[in-house]
Amino acid sequence: MASSLLRVLTCGSVDDGKSTLIGRLLFEFGTVPEDVMAALERDSKRFGTVAEGVDYALLVDGLSAEREQGVTIDVAYRFFQTASRRFILADAPGHEQYTRNMATGASTADVAVLLVDARKGLLAQTRRHAAIAWLMGVRQIVLVVNKMDLAGFEQGVFERIVADFDALRARLGDIPVTAIPICARDGDNVIQPGERMGWYGGPSLLAALEAAQPAREAAGRPFRMPVQLVNRPDPSFRGYAGTVASGRVRPGDAIANAAGAVAACVARIVTMDGDLLEASAGEAVTLVLDREIDVSRGDVLAAEPAPVAADELTAWVVWMTDTPLFRGRAYGVMLGTRTVTGTVTALAAKLDIDTLEEVPVQELRLNEIGRVTISLTRPLICEPYADSRTLGGFILVDRLSGDTVGAGMVIAARARPRNLHWHQLDVDKTVRAALKGQKPAVLWFTGLSASGKSTIANLVERRLAAMGRHTMVLDGDNVRHGLNRDLGFTEADRVENIRRIAEVAKLFVDAGLIVLVSFISPYRAERGLARDTVEAGEFIEIYVDTPVEECRRRDPKGLYVKADAGQLRNFTGVDAPYEAPTAPELHLPTMEQPAEALAEQVVAELRARGIIS
Amino acid sequence: MLPAHLKLLEAESIHILREAAAQASNPVLLYSIGKDSSALLHLTRKAFHPARPPFPLLHIDTTWKFRDMIRFRDELVARFGLELRKHTNPEGLARNINPFDHGSVVYNQIMKTDALKQALTEGRYDIAIGGARRDEERSRAKERIFSVRAPGHVWDPKLQRPELWNLYNASLAPGETMRVFPLSNWTELDVWTYIRAEAIDVVPLYFAAERPVVMRDGAMIMVDDERMRLLPGEVPERRRVRFRSLGCYPFSAAVESAASNLDEIIEEMLTTRVSERAGRLIDQDQDSSMETKKRDGYF
Ligand SMILES: Nc1nc2c(ncn2[C@@H]2O[C@H](COP(=O)(O)OP(=O)(O)O)[C@@H](O)[C@H]2O)c(=O)[nH]1
Repeated sequence: MASSLLRVLTCGSVDDGKSTLIGRLLFEFGTVPEDVMAALERDSKRFGTVAEGVDYALLVDGLSAEREQGVTIDVAYRFFQTASRRFILADAPGHEQYTRNMATGASTADVAVLLVDARKGLLAQTRRHAAIAWLMGVRQIVLVVNKMDLAGFEQGVFERIVADFDALRARLGDIPVTAIPICARDGDNVIQPGERMGWYGGPSLLAALEAAQPAREAAGRPFRMPVQLVNRPDPSFRGYAGTVASGRVRPGDAIANAAGAVAACVARIVTMDGDLLEASAGEAVTLVLDREIDVSRGDVLAAEPAPVAADELTAWVVWMTDTPLFRGRAYGVMLGTRTVTGTVTALAAKLDIDTLEEVPVQELRLNEIGRVTISLTRPLICEPYADSRTLGGFILVDRLSGDTVGAGMVIAARARPRNLHWHQLDVDKTVRAALKGQKPAVLWFTGLSASGKSTIANLVERRLAAMGRHTMVLDGDNVRHGLNRDLGFTEADRVENIRRIAEVAKLFVDAGLIVLVSFISPYRAERGLARDTVEAGEFIEIYVDTPVEECRRRDPKGLYVKADAGQLRNFTGVDAPYEAPTAPELHLPTMEQPAEALAEQVVAELRARGIIS
Repeated sequence: MLPAHLKLLEAESIHILREAAAQASNPVLLYSIGKDSSALLHLTRKAFHPARPPFPLLHIDTTWKFRDMIRFRDELVARFGLELRKHTNPEGLARNINPFDHGSVVYNQIMKTDALKQALTEGRYDIAIGGARRDEERSRAKERIFSVRAPGHVWDPKLQRPELWNLYNASLAPGETMRVFPLSNWTELDVWTYIRAEAIDVVPLYFAAERPVVMRDGAMIMVDDERMRLLPGEVPERRRVRFRSLGCYPFSAAVESAASNLDEIIEEMLTTRVSERAGRLIDQDQDSSMETKKRDGYF
């Protein structure tokens, strides 16, 4: 009974008969309620594609928007139960956005059912589906050849398709495959063996699914449990609640917070049904330790050998949103129960899903899969995805919208060599700044070209110099002549441009300086990245707000004229967007006051913030 | 003994409840008194044992719930020392919105959907945990476990996030809220089997007994209190009935049944094929009406 729940991913191309097949499984197991049946008969008349009788496919099409268009656009989860097993089907649509949806469905699947139309044979799409399932860690495939009625129930047709698939199998680590010829419409080999294909001696689809082994964590993995929360009802009880990710644990076992590596022994495994003598992978428990060690949500309790506390990951990432992924972009990285900020420091290649070969790219688009390196602001306890789906699978979260924009699978995790760790130098930033009688800061002037950023920054710097303060100006245009002269104006290059400027600004901050950066920096996410580079309170975003018409009128360098003439591409305000700051520390509307007055406001703000006295 | 697949589903639900509690700043559990709520509450107690659930229960009281339901609710809250918050739409109450004069569409909109939205807004809850399941209705098959609601509590298909592994992203942009459904992967049969295995209490109305009912449009409606308006010629008769789904009494149809304990209910489920929500008249108003209600902010 331990294998009584099986999670199955079903995928196919449009019109292969997947909905018909699933509808039949649901129908024949009596899990379809009568009112749904009634609606089905009604709908069959309205939308059905089968000339007579019930169109099973309608059973599984969920949203009315989809039903009217006769397509499915999202992963649907459906359940049925036989005497020996409970099944969860993740049904991924076979067309548009299939990578994103397939990856989602495959992330929890034990088995993938791939549907092929007997007349069409293996399509490029079938190969892609197999590759994605494999990449997501699915290690069993059931290849279902449907519409055998239209191929005269011929053995040869089936065998050619199986042989084709064998060639692909070799590239997917010889993944075990069960191939089954069926007729979904009439039910042959779906639940019972079909008499019309007497030459086939294998199991029906249902028998194959009942026999499949659920995916398990590799045997003998050491104990790991990400801590979801600390349970502290009163001072006498302190327990760590979580779901065991791998291995097992017993009272008396030595475990440690993987980040801190201070060991303790398990005193109790608490559940509402009483204490357990043992807990293993998949169980939700609360552990009490024999002594107090520092553990909170996001930590991982682990037995030896301890997992890596990674500062940097390389991973396959499936990109799931319209805005592409670039090198230099920062995202929330959620792994286990911890979320940290990570910056994509390298985009090595994307996976050509047809050839399974890697090709170099600059950016990763929706539904593409790429190999990336992510550098983390705080360490994450992780393991290769091949060893653990729980400690090796992560999602990338857009820090503004909160959306899930990508899914990652850890290939390798690295801890920065400890001797390279930032030393707590005796003479540090605070000391350097104190010598100068100031606190270091970055004044980040953002706004359109010709909005007045440099003018105001120069006025501020002059005033600060007159007061004996130590400053440095970084001008976007000037930096492009030197440090960043290898960069162009594509979106990827702009991101890298800003990353370097932010890092240079940070070095100056470490030197104790007040750094004035004047830089168009049109994207919120990039300014956010710059903000995160320095410590909280050190970043002062100053929005130099001038309407584009006014900038165009001023146009001291004639850039707008060139952009309008099409000689300059990606020019902010002309053919590239400017995302105004939503909550800048300072907002300077230049149409309302002269530059001198605005500069004075900046100086006043520095005083108010205690940056200068 | 819990069947093996229920042990796995139980662990999954506990994991989800803990994630919701850990990531929320002001969570609440939507408690509707029915069997799904009973199972959900039991799972909640398990998830945080030995502590009490770290969030209050919220009940949207339309004032037309069966009397047995309210009695059951109050006993349960007292027994487990839970914090219960109740909300009734004050406007609806003032205008005396009721099932008889206003019909199911208007009544449900005002006393259920609007009331729920009011309560969530007033309570400033960022995460509301509910007992909906994916097998209840076909449009729910695609619902996420962590389901984002746009400002105004509306469900926008474009906002829904891909959900991978057991990673539940509860980040919210300003104005957004989250609904969390720990029972997403359970079926009606799972819920009953679990209730039996764990000896969880449910409202007695689920068990067959002689009750006064009238036949109306082919449905059996129980006469729960004196507010029930009888149509000319209607005379309540006593029949052995039970409820598969509990809502407001004038809209919850009873089914004729002899199932008076959990074994018999499960046995009956395995042999009959009437979907549970068919007993709740509100879902048949329009085609794909669940989807419409969901977009609107109802569960
Ligand atoms: N002849 C035949 N037609 C089938 C079979 N299975 C499905 N179909 C038809 O193929 C078409 C597409 O089926 P559907 O289940 O909607 O495909 P989906 O797009 O993969 O979900 C429908 O017209 C079905 O009736 C089969 O085994 N034999």
